[in-house]
Amino acid sequence: MVYIPLVLLIVVIGWFVAAYNALVRLRNQVKNAWHQIDVQLKRRHDLIPNLVEVVKDYMAYEQETLTKVIEARGAAVNAKGPEAQGKAENFLTESLRGLLAVVENYPDLKANQNVTSLQEELAGTENKISFARQFFNDSVMTYNNKIQTIPSNLIASLFNFAQEAYFQIEETDRAVPKASLR
Amino acid sequence: MTQPELSCPKCGTSNPSKAGYCNLCHAPLAASANIFEPGAQAQALSGGNTGVSGDPSVKPALRHRSMLLFPDAERQNVRMSIILFAALFGIFVSLGAITGEALGNIGNGLALAAVLFAILAGTAYYSGSKIILSFHSAEKADHTKHQQLMNAVEEMSIASGLPIPAVYVMPSTGLNAFAAGRHPREAVVAVTQGLLDKLNREELQGVIAHEMAHIKSRDTLYNVCAAVLVGAITMMSEIFLRGGVFRGKRVRSSGSRSGGGGRANIVLIIFGIVLALLAPLAAKILQMSISRQREYHADAAAVEFTRNPLGLASALSRITEGGAHVPGESRGTQHMFIINPLSSLGGDTSDLMSTHPSTEHRIRRLRAMAGLMEG
Repeated sequence: MVYIPLVLLIVVIGWFVAAYNALVRLRNQVKNAWHQIDVQLKRRHDLIPNLVEVVKDYMAYEQETLTKVIEARGAAVNAKGPEAQGKAENFLTESLRGLLAVVENYPDLKANQNVTSLQEELAGTENKISFARQFFNDSVMTYNNKIQTIPSNLIASLFNFAQEAYFQIEETDRAVPKASLR
Repeated sequence: MTQPELSCPKCGTSNPSKAGYCNLCHAPLAASANIFEPGAQAQALSGGNTGVSGDPSVKPALRHRSMLLFPDAERQNVRMSIILFAALFGIFVSLGAITGEALGNIGNGLALAAVLFAILAGTAYYSGSKIILSFHSAEKADHTKHQQLMNAVEEMSIASGLPIPAVYVMPSTGLNAFAAGRHPREAVVAVTQGLLDKLNREELQGVIAHEMAHIKSRDTLYNVCAAVLVGAITMMSEIFLRGGVFRGKRVRSSGSRSGGGGRANIVLIIFGIVLALLAPLAAKILQMSISRQREYHADAAAVEFTRNPLGLASALSRITEGGAHVPGESRGTQHMFIINPLSSLGGDTSDLMSTHPSTEHRIRRLRAMAGLMEG
């Protein structure tokens, strides 16, 4: 019977350690998920020169679309701060959609193995960017849930675990019509 | 994609033409007359009660069924798995106790059960890793040759937050896929060449998401655990039926028990025999329903990853049409696949002993997650 307080103490300490570690893990996951988005954005920046190189010989009359993509990429690479970066990346997404729509008009280009492969790569990268954002938001939700729910909220407030903000798009981007990449 | 789209009156999101509920805000859609009569819908939108509520035409034409949300679906399946597991474990423990009672000591029976379980679990755990890949003659997927597949796998590993698994392609023309691995770090995903040829990108993504969901929720471990419990239950009932009953009688008769105790003993032994006879069957049924719950769970989690229930739904119906047969599969491996490769074409029978729910039911649940009504 003397052991009962001891056992209780061990259980409480064990829970405390487990809950604290879970919070730290979730916070790190949120941070990591945020940087995963950057990794995918960087990947897209690296892909674009290849794409432009392949299509430019076929698309002599579409210089405008190509320059737009190249400019958008330059702006996205050089953008500083999350807000400016978000704007530049959105602009890049739109200009790429424009380019892929134009590619549809060139049968030789569509038949080109390199182009189809690049198109798939680009579609994959677009998906990865959005899945990375989705995973970031899901991680933020799990972390915030943990911070706000009993009993882990006790530890969260004790050690100043702050809530994280979700990734959001701007109100104007919600109006962008759906474009199929396939 | 060719269907005309419905825009939600509340938030303006575009939805498939048959949608009963908005994809984004889950508001019932006005144009889907199969939920409410048009008049009732107009009333509900204007919010006014014009005093004709007694009119039968104002009543909903069908019972209101809410949209199935994937977090709810996942939670529900997890709960079901836990209940089923508890039942399986309950059978196991009570069988151990009954055997122990017949042998003269409950503790001995429980200890025997525990030892049996440990031995079986150990062998299953350490022999289960080098699975089926060899005899499906799978080759490792290549980044240039299977570009779309590799991209789909990478996308899903990002969406699920898991490391990228090893990817294999089986040369079979049947349409199927499976996942294996006790831990996400050593996970394997394999698809057939037929699957790559027949499915479009969205559908392939859904299938991969389903497999990644199996990996994320450690379903291989679930299956090993369930199979081990079933094996242990079968062995315990053998032990009880072959030796326990008679030896127990001898022990009891040599003791100085009163007649009343003896009658209770006979009742107990009859109960034990019935339990021992029925337990292996019941355990098998429970194991199979756990397996089916894990399939539903993987479907719901796949939707969590892709946020596109219709992709997986259309993949499932295409796999059923194209035939899920893979040469070389066996009873021991059937639960690993996305659609049971042993079931005959169609495979729409959801009986007690099948590892997978009927494809029809799975598709119906996926469509409910997209807010689509039946029919």
